[in-house]
Amino acid sequence: MAPAAQRVIFDLKRQSVRELNQFLHGELDGVREVLVENPDGAHSLAVGLNAAVRVDIGGHAGYYAAGMNKTATVVVHGNAGPGVAENMMSGRVEVSGFASGGAGASAHGGLLIIRGDAGLRCGISLKGADIVVGGEVGNFSAFMAQAGRIVICGDAGDGLGDSLYEAVIYVRGAVRSLGADARIEPMSERDHGAVRELLAAAGLSHPSSEFKRIASSRSLYHWNADARQSY
Amino acid sequence: MATLPADLQLEESASFDRQIIQYIQRAAATGLYEIRGLGAKRRLPHFDDLVFLGASISRYPLEGYREKCSSSTLLGTRFAKRPLKLAMPITIAGMSFGALSANVKEALGRAATELGTSTTTGDGGMTSEERESSKTLVYQCLPSRYGFNPDDLRKADAIEVVIGQGAKPGGGGMLLGQKVSARVAAMRTLPEGIDQRSACRHPDWTGPDDLAIKIKELREITDWQTPIYVKVGATRVFHDVKLAVHAGADVVVVDGMQGGTAATQWAFIEHVGIPSLAAVRLAVDALEDLNKKEEVQLIVSGGIRTGADVAKALALGADAVSIGQGVLVALGCNSSSFVQHGQHLSATADYHKLGTAPGFCHHCQTGRCPVGVTTQDPVLEQRLEPAVGARRVRNYLQTLNMELTMIARACGKQDVHHLEREDLAALTIEAAAMAGVPLAGTSWIPGRGGSL
Repeated sequence: MAPAAQRVIFDLKRQSVRELNQFLHGELDGVREVLVENPDGAHSLAVGLNAAVRVDIGGHAGYYAAGMNKTATVVVHGNAGPGVAENMMSGRVEVSGFASGGAGASAHGGLLIIRGDAGLRCGISLKGADIVVGGEVGNFSAFMAQAGRIVICGDAGDGLGDSLYEAVIYVRGAVRSLGADARIEPMSERDHGAVRELLAAAGLSHPSSEFKRIASSRSLYHWNADARQSY
Repeated sequence: MATLPADLQLEESASFDRQIIQYIQRAAATGLYEIRGLGAKRRLPHFDDLVFLGASISRYPLEGYREKCSSSTLLGTRFAKRPLKLAMPITIAGMSFGALSANVKEALGRAATELGTSTTTGDGGMTSEERESSKTLVYQCLPSRYGFNPDDLRKADAIEVVIGQGAKPGGGGMLLGQKVSARVAAMRTLPEGIDQRSACRHPDWTGPDDLAIKIKELREITDWQTPIYVKVGATRVFHDVKLAVHAGADVVVVDGMQGGTAATQWAFIEHVGIPSLAAVRLAVDALEDLNKKEEVQLIVSGGIRTGADVAKALALGADAVSIGQGVLVALGCNSSSFVQHGQHLSATADYHKLGTAPGFCHHCQTGRCPVGVTTQDPVLEQRLEPAVGARRVRNYLQTLNMELTMIARACGKQDVHHLEREDLAALTIEAAAMAGVPLAGTSWIPGRGGSL
């Protein structure tokens, strides 16, 4: 914990989300940690950050917590609504509970950790970020994911990795079904290393041997008549 | 075409005409639908089907050359702290780097800056050339989110949340592999050379209630400084505009089916969406129904070509228009020649290689644009020099604005935004019904009363 002079508390019972974000977009004047009390599911908490600051959200967050994050560390001590860490560029976002739909959508960089389950479309359109989910992910996760890595410690729903590009998914549990163009591939030593690295970053310790790799078969990369409904 | 013997008795079918026969033969041969560029080519009810009722005795005109007629345009006055003030109500529509070359994007920025208007990014993100050359740049937030990032968001003068596009409402973009160059691929985080299909739904929201929250997030990120547009392809315009307004848009952009595209299925371009003429009236009806006409600005796009088109869109209730294809044509699209190092050089042979000719080309999807406009090819893109392109686009938009103010003066207006429906009459029953203005010579608006 940073010294008191470097810590600021925002109580959203008395202060607004606008005040919080305006402060976080400002000079910060040496502030290293911001504690957000009574978030009560408010939307757009700690969005658009671009500073080496840690924000602890002391409760559930609504839509788009830590949206478009860059550099900062944001921890949601509770559940997060849709689009947590959407379009994150760098930094670290952590959710202690569950995350709703579209977690990490189109994120370009950084690390998103969800300790509970993630809802529908986790990692949709992912563009380079890493995501670690301690529990399960919902249907259509990693839809059109372009780059980055997703580690799923539990099961995955239907249509996992549909229309996948170059992102790679590692799943420990059962996959209800794979989406178009996604396939299970053998785990290389590099894959084992990636899983170990990401689990360690999340403080998890499953053996990498329990994971399978899912990647694109690249059969939809070029437009052709054989793909039919896949277009 | 070969001369036919004179004694043949040829009866062409209206249902199975030569174009349809060619379409069926092509489908039978390939098993694939046709993808092409630009917009709907078939005849549609359009602004040409309206005329202005210039002033005479009952209305008093302004002196055409001397009296001031303002074309100054404010956009984004509802919630944004920093609305856009443009010198004219004619803006440049969103077109991607990828579909267009970096030279073209630079040319558009330079032209817009010289004229005091805005230009717009596209699917693929913001290029440095575009940002540096554009004083006022609208940054699109598209379903694909290619190249979308908070740094560029903060650099933007306005944000356009794109729900749909007139050429393909309900569909995502396409960029075939030949245009996915190393730079385009890197900006979009995709492998080079693949046929790229953009998403048609945003990844992090579904439905109008979510959209309201998404817009608030964008406002929070930009500290409520930047105007936010919502762009829809023209289909259920009345409801979509209302939902966009409820979601908190500062500006609503409605793109009619004549709007262009870099590459989309033919069936989409010609058969999905409604004409701009109908769309503008439905959008205005929605804003008036909500009593938001003075608060939320309306931009109309899709087949705007002339100053008369602009004037008609404004008279129907738009605050501004946005132009894509017209601007491409000004740059040299479908021209028989291009200018390189001060010389006019013929492009006709290159059109023929594509199986087309100047005036007929819609082959943007090939990336082999003979005049260097819609290409990523390093040789072809040199055929459009930014200085030449900027001058042509500036001249074109300036001409449109002069025509606009000329018509406004003729209707007795000191401000182009004072043009009104009452200044218009329709030449066809279809146009009268769609635009909601009386059929010329009558007070009849089909579906709205009046008499023949």
